[in-house]
Amino acid sequence: MLAQKRVYMDYSAGKPVDPRVIEEILPYMKSFYGNPSSLHTFGQEAKNALEEARAKVAQLINAEKKESIIFTSGATESNNLAIKGVAYRYKDRGTRIVTSSVEHMSVVNTCKFLTTKGFEAIFLPVDNCGIVSLEALKKELTDKTVLVTMVYANGEIGTIEPIREISKIVHAKSAYLHVDATAANGQVPIDVKNDGVDLLSLSSNDMYGPKGVGALYVKEGIRLEPQLHGGGQERGLRSGTENLPGIVGFGKAAEIARVEMQTESERLVKLRDRMIKGMLEPIQYSFLNGHPTKRLPNNVSIRYNFIEGESMLLSLDMMGVAASSGSACTAKTLEPSHVLLAIGLKHEEAHGSLMFSLGKQNTEEDIDYVIGLMPGIVKRLRLMSPLTPKELNK
Amino acid sequence: MYTEKVMDHFRNPRNMGEIPDADGVGTVGNPVCGDLMTIYIKVKDDRIEDVKFKTFGCGAAVATSSMVTEIAKGKTLEEAMSITRASVAESLGGLPPIKMHCSNLAADALHAAIEDYYKKQKEVKK
Repeated sequence: MLAQKRVYMDYSAGKPVDPRVIEEILPYMKSFYGNPSSLHTFGQEAKNALEEARAKVAQLINAEKKESIIFTSGATESNNLAIKGVAYRYKDRGTRIVTSSVEHMSVVNTCKFLTTKGFEAIFLPVDNCGIVSLEALKKELTDKTVLVTMVYANGEIGTIEPIREISKIVHAKSAYLHVDATAANGQVPIDVKNDGVDLLSLSSNDMYGPKGVGALYVKEGIRLEPQLHGGGQERGLRSGTENLPGIVGFGKAAEIARVEMQTESERLVKLRDRMIKGMLEPIQYSFLNGHPTKRLPNNVSIRYNFIEGESMLLSLDMMGVAASSGSACTAKTLEPSHVLLAIGLKHEEAHGSLMFSLGKQNTEEDIDYVIGLMPGIVKRLRLMSPLTPKELNK
Repeated sequence: MYTEKVMDHFRNPRNMGEIPDADGVGTVGNPVCGDLMTIYIKVKDDRIEDVKFKTFGCGAAVATSSMVTEIAKGKTLEEAMSITRASVAESLGGLPPIKMHCSNLAADALHAAIEDYYKKQKEVKK
């Protein structure tokens, strides 16, 4: 039973590649296939394209120079390189790493891994909107702290962290600040100079570039212990022949994002707020997850009491709608999302959460279609649930 | 991810609801884990005359609940006690490995309902 209409609202899980990006990539698969490390003309053509892409990514985040950008295989690698790279390189200065409790798993598990190697990881609490406690940050920033790693905005609940304030606190203690800007980038203007960021992780697909490409911004003067050893590409920080087609696509995506971000984000904010209102108002016991205004333009994270997320996802999928959930049942583990628990939700509330991440192809009509489906889906599942209060099923 | 049979039971659950004057009621699972199911049975001459379920949980939880009621209906209590988690999953054409433990509780809920019935019978005889 396939629904006629198909609405994709899972952009934070995967995005289509912008057709202009695809056009840019193709010559680097067909004609310019040289290795940027080679001396001959084929190699130098590739090298020029690589450096042009680097400049475009640097420009998007207002990096001081293009050499501050290290290309990687994606945000997970960038986060690993930043955290392990700083921790190992500066372990003589201290072994304490401070982070928040609403980080992506590639930050959470990298920090946890380091605790098995003689480091200490502190996960700062957040308030019930997901904003990290600055008081706790001040308290936990000891002289032994070398690195604070903080998400710019959490992709699950959409909450945007006060990076500039965090930066001031971190730098007052002479620690480095790494920011995971994967979910925020391309939606929110990021300026590493004004925001006071020392290291910043980015991914290409989050900006409608190809998957499998990312970058790490490293401020001049900061040294890292490389995590991949080999031919010494990327200033010796990331060995391995560069994924040139991917990097060229990433560069083009960054260039497009720089020009179009503001208009697109304004459009998304309107759609987002229309959707939040429409998903909550007609349904009792429904709530917004995350902050009402300090929020990514594309994030709609909500929850309905007494029912479970995967059942809602399947019901939506039957009607052609793709979303995601904070429920354990859709993940590889049995625990619900650590982010939803960190904002103080009970396990059963976290299980009842749904996340829609909007993108370029979504229209007002798509939003209204999903809003129209939701009351029926919630009603049917609540009728089935032993947790639903009797008066709700009347 | 799921078989067509699982999706069929999720889309059109059989025997969904409550039996207000049930002879036995069994609840297993925990909303904290994301799955909770209650099975109601009506018994006549040692046979399950009617059975209904209510479930909070994922697609697999709903489908196994629905399937177990379909299998159990009309069976003797002894036959119903021999229905297992594995046989319910098999009747659905299989479940994803991670769902085999967390969401495949329907047979347990049915057994709990039957045990509840036996307990109540003993109390009546006393």
